[in-house]
Amino acid sequence: MIERIPDLVNADANLVRRGRFLSTTFLMEIGNQGYLIKIIEGRIVSITPGPFVTPNYSFALRAPRDEWEMFWKKVPEPGHNDIFALFKRGKLTIEGDLHPFMANLLYIKDVLAAPRKEAKQ
Amino acid sequence: MSPRFEPITGRYLNLTLLGRPHRLYIEEAGQGIPLLCLHTAGSDGRQYRGLLNDKRITDNYRVIVFDMPWHGKSSPPEGYQNEEYKLTSRGYIQMILEIAGALELDKPVVMGCSIGGRIVLYLAHQHAKRFRAIIGLESAAHVAPYYDVEWLHRPDVHGGEVSAGVVSGLIAPTAPDNHRWETLWHYLQSGPGIFKGDLHFYKVDGDIRGKIDEIDGRASNLYLLTGEYDYSCTSEGTLDIAKRTGAEAQIMKGLGHFPMSEDPQKFISYLLPVLEKIRGAA
Repeated sequence: MIERIPDLVNADANLVRRGRFLSTTFLMEIGNQGYLIKIIEGRIVSITPGPFVTPNYSFALRAPRDEWEMFWKKVPEPGHNDIFALFKRGKLTIEGDLHPFMANLLYIKDVLAAPRKEAKQ
Repeated sequence: MSPRFEPITGRYLNLTLLGRPHRLYIEEAGQGIPLLCLHTAGSDGRQYRGLLNDKRITDNYRVIVFDMPWHGKSSPPEGYQNEEYKLTSRGYIQMILEIAGALELDKPVVMGCSIGGRIVLYLAHQHAKRFRAIIGLESAAHVAPYYDVEWLHRPDVHGGEVSAGVVSGLIAPTAPDNHRWETLWHYLQSGPGIFKGDLHFYKVDGDIRGKIDEIDGRASNLYLLTGEYDYSCTSEGTLDIAKRTGAEAQIMKGLGHFPMSEDPQKFISYLLPVLEKIRGAA
C-alpha cells in the first residue's frame, strides 16, 4: 500500500498544490517496518524502507500494521477513518517536530489516506 | 426568473449578554414550536442550513439559530483585543438563557451539537423547566484532550487550516463531498483562537461527569443523537449518559460529529421522529 503513495499523490495536482510549502522527511512505521517519506514542495520524491542507520526526520508516525490496513480500507469503519481517531484510541503515536505536520495537516491527512483511492474494499 | 431566495430570515439582535452589549446574528425559518439550535465549537449557525430549509421541519417548528459571540457574523464584544477568548459553562448557560429571554421564546426546544451537546446536559441539570424538550447531538459528559490545542492559535500555523485539519476526520467518510467541504469551510473561516477558546469549555471547564446521575432524562424530555463515526463524543459516551439519566438515545449510522451539516438529509431522517414525538407530547 505505502509504496503506491508517491504515484497517487504526485498524480493529484490539486493535492501537490496544497502541499507546495512543505519540504520535509518524516518517518512512518507500519508495525516494525519503518519508511522515510521525503516530500519536496508537496511532491513525494522518495519512500525509503528501513532498517536505518541514524535516520534523519522531522516527525514520526507509528502504528501497528493491522491499524494501517484498517485505515486504508475504501470506507473505513468508525474509529479507523482518521489518524486522530487512531491517536484517541492510543493506537498511533506521533513524536518529533510537529510543526510541519500541524501546519500542513489537511494535506498530510490526504497523503496518508491516498491508498484508499485504490482500495478494493 | 425571480430571485431564488431561501426561506431564511437573517437579522442582527442587540442585547446585553453577561453584562456587556453585543451584536448577535440570528437566522430563523418556520413557525410553531421554537427550536433553538446551538452550533459546534469554532463554527457558526450555517451548520443548520439543512434544517432551516426543510419544510417538514419548518411547518411545525420555528427554527432559530444564532452565531455565538465571536463566531460567524456575530461580533466579539467591544474591547476584545485586550482579552483572550475562553468559553465557560457558566457563561455559555447564561448566554443561552439570555438569548431565549431576549427573543421571548415560550418553552423552546433547545438542540445543541458537540459543545452545544454538552451544554444542553447542563441545561437538563439546572434549567430543565425552561425548555419543552432538550436534544443533545454528539453529547459526551467529558472529552479528555488527545492533542495539544496550542497548535490552534499561533502565528506560524494558519488557524483556520489547522482547525479544519483537526476536525476533518470527525466527518463520516460517507458524507457527501459538498457538505463535507461546506462544514470544513466554517472552520477554515473561524476567528483566530476561537475554536481553541471554545475547547476550553469542551475539554477543561465543562466536565459534567459528576452531575450526570442527577439529571432526570424523562422529566427534562432529553433526547440524544450521536453519529457512529464521532470519535470525539463517542457512541459509548452517549449511551452511558442515556443509561444513567433515562434519556432516549440513538446512534446514527453513516454520520459523524457534525450530523446536521455533514449530511443534512440523513440527519433529518433521524431528527424528524424525535420532533414528532415532542410535538405529540405538547
